[in-house]
Amino acid sequence: MAKLPAPSLPPALVPQPPKPGTGEGDGKVQRAEAAKSVVDWVDERTSLSGGMRWMLFRKVPKGNWAYTLGSAAMFAFMAQAVTGIFLAMYYDPSAVHAYESVRYLTNEAFLGQFVRGMHKWGSSVMVVLVFLHMARTFFFGAYKYPRELTWVIGVVLLILTMVMSFTGYLLPFDQRSYWATIVGVNTSVGGAPFLGPYLADFLRAGPEFGATTLPRFYAIHMLLIPGLMAAMIGFHLYLVAKLGITAPPGSKAHPNPDLRKSEA
Amino acid sequence: MAVRRNQRKPKYTTDLQLPGSFAGETVTRRRFMTGSAHAAGGVTVAAFTLPALGFALGPLFQKQDVRWETVGFPDDFPNDNYVPKVITVTPDTGEAGKSTVYVRARNPSLDKDPINQYNRFIAISTRCAHLGCPVRWVPASERFICPCHGGVYDLQGSRTGGPPVRPLDRFATRMLNGMVQVGPRYSVNSELKPFSPRDPGEALDGIGQYVYPSRPTTRKLPGL
Repeated sequence: MAKLPAPSLPPALVPQPPKPGTGEGDGKVQRAEAAKSVVDWVDERTSLSGGMRWMLFRKVPKGNWAYTLGSAAMFAFMAQAVTGIFLAMYYDPSAVHAYESVRYLTNEAFLGQFVRGMHKWGSSVMVVLVFLHMARTFFFGAYKYPRELTWVIGVVLLILTMVMSFTGYLLPFDQRSYWATIVGVNTSVGGAPFLGPYLADFLRAGPEFGATTLPRFYAIHMLLIPGLMAAMIGFHLYLVAKLGITAPPGSKAHPNPDLRKSEA
Repeated sequence: MAVRRNQRKPKYTTDLQLPGSFAGETVTRRRFMTGSAHAAGGVTVAAFTLPALGFALGPLFQKQDVRWETVGFPDDFPNDNYVPKVITVTPDTGEAGKSTVYVRARNPSLDKDPINQYNRFIAISTRCAHLGCPVRWVPASERFICPCHGGVYDLQGSRTGGPPVRPLDRFATRMLNGMVQVGPRYSVNSELKPFSPRDPGEALDGIGQYVYPSRPTTRKLPGL
């Protein structure tokens, strides 16, 4: 069976032949050349370039713009992470100060309204992108063997995105977020049979919405779920690179004629 | 000395002819050391995970304090109409922890549920049994009406229309030093039988009381 030729390296990564005049057996010169740049220095110690090449220069079928939805969702997640970290510098997750701290960061902090707006609208953008990405995967049949696990992890990521939206909604701590969260805990969480009432008690830290509910939502929103999501996205991406991506339905394969010849 | 895969491993280490093995020894030292390392790692992880988990789950088992709040004299409350009173449901949360209750005296011609020490006065929660919106008492029509999705309840708090799954919750009431006090909340099914407090949206008729179980954080008062 003929092997597919290895993907070509970008020019910067192609190993250069030794310059004429630098003797073959002269170990000193070769060592000096090997560490001539920072990238080489790191790569000699980590061999990361192999992984980068595996991840970035893999063969993909000719796709279309719908194939960028996964990356778009990931960049939306990254935008949420970055803006969220900076919002956390002003936010105070206590029932007494939360509203005031949000008012301050929105109205008085430099660019506060803009960064908070990015985080607020970005959350909706992320939900929309995640759903479009899922629809693309579904309608292109990309969830089939051997990519079922990628789909399952994607579903987990969808649920975690929803949990992020739900826990984040409370944080401005105005009338709307307060009552929306009470109704949400009562219906979406507490309404689940058998375990629902206990899960609602866990989220509220008690039978009623109390003083410790907001810090609890904040910790879930900024520590627990983002950590889980980052790990899941990493695994999702690993599987995408490992298994390759599907061609759009209806696309024709154009095999290399040389490959056909050697099989005969 | 490669052991073939389809062969059963010998039970005793002496059969493996390992140096230092002795008669009756069944665990090789390598296996013992591997197991010890795993056990040590497991103990270490458990040492910080279990307390942290217990810390996070603690509120699930912590019983809320029973609070009683004085709302007025017995003569303040008629037995055919409601008087609104504001009580604190959750302390330390400011205005958000307060709630309105509608209180009236027990009406023997209306209230047929068995009398006990906690229902001499009827205190109705304003939290709609559908999604938890605040209902209001409309004296002209003698109905509690929810503004959100049209839940309607009669003078008893029983549902007469709309989506709610059970009657309005009630609060236990008692007399102390000649004053009426309002205490912890409890839920009732459509026959007004008391149950431990449930959240809105959780039915109590039929298998409802098992599908939405009572929680350790808040139980019905004994004797209710």
